[in-house]
Amino acid sequence: MSNDWPLFEVFIRSRAGLEHKHVGSLHAADARMAIEHARDVYTRRQEGVSIWVVPSAQIIASDPGEAEALFEPARDKVYRHPTFYDIPDEVKNL
Amino acid sequence: MPLAARDPRLAAALLRYVLRLGDTSLVLGQRLGAWVGHAPALEEDLGLANLALDLIGQARLLLTYAGELEGRGRDEDALAFLRDAPAFANLTLAEQPNQDFGHTIVRQWLIDSWQLELYQALSLSADARLAAIAAKSLKETRYHYRFSSGWLVRLGDGTDESRRRVQESLDDLWRFSGELFAADEVDEQMQAAAVGPDLASLAAPWSARVDEDLRQASLRRPPAQPYPWHGKRGVHTEHLSHLLAEMQHLQRAYPDARW
Repeated sequence: MSNDWPLFEVFIRSRAGLEHKHVGSLHAADARMAIEHARDVYTRRQEGVSIWVVPSAQIIASDPGEAEALFEPARDKVYRHPTFYDIPDEVKNL
Repeated sequence: MPLAARDPRLAAALLRYVLRLGDTSLVLGQRLGAWVGHAPALEEDLGLANLALDLIGQARLLLTYAGELEGRGRDEDALAFLRDAPAFANLTLAEQPNQDFGHTIVRQWLIDSWQLELYQALSLSADARLAAIAAKSLKETRYHYRFSSGWLVRLGDGTDESRRRVQESLDDLWRFSGELFAADEVDEQMQAAAVGPDLASLAAPWSARVDEDLRQASLRRPPAQPYPWHGKRGVHTEHLSHLLAEMQHLQRAYPDARW
């Protein structure tokens, strides 16, 4: 039965002030049911204070086949990492 | 327990009143628990189990309180596992056996919408302990109702088959709904002591809510029916004994068994 239902991606905000994080996916017949399922499946141990669900079909993802074209060009540009600076001792939180 | 100190008759009524609430939650929780592993989808399995755990949690609080009111040293376990069917005071509706998923949803929705009104009223009870239990249970019940009413609409408004089947379940279970609002001398004493609400006064808001859900679900409200069942007075359908046999087997066979 649940295989006939569309897939939803679930995002949970664990505490006020933090961002919603992707925690998994589930099947549901509609958005309301998806929220209820997400509540039952992903917040049973007080993991969250807010839930987002998004129809998986609505997520536009990069093509793994294009991974080389998309991500390889960044590999030889290590200078983009801010690791070439001397950090003054007074700076505590960087 | 100021109430008990005032009047022993009131104390006896309060004990009976608390037992009815506790037994209804316990028996319904046990029924829902039987769905684990059998629900139509993994997520519904978890959903029903969550409702069951809430209800059993309510039953624990209520039966613990009942044991204290009784004052004979019986705790929640003694009351849950060592009483026979005639000593149970749950609503007859709660003990009706599981059939298909839609049938369980109708049973749940009828009781959720009733508990919603009842716990709201009881959260203002003159009995502080009962008021606190009701306030906690009300939060749970709001979710239960959201769950069951959502499914009722989904099934009623779904396919021809789902509507037919959920309407049949409604027609089957409706005859037990009369008991939800029928007050007896226990209810009247509790109302007089400002412990419980006037049960009949809950019928109108319940009815309005039920009618609105049925409208959304495109389902027919069955006609009111007289009911010969009085679960809360200890007169049960045969189904309760079967449920208890299963639920109590371990404690009966191995008294005081520990996990």
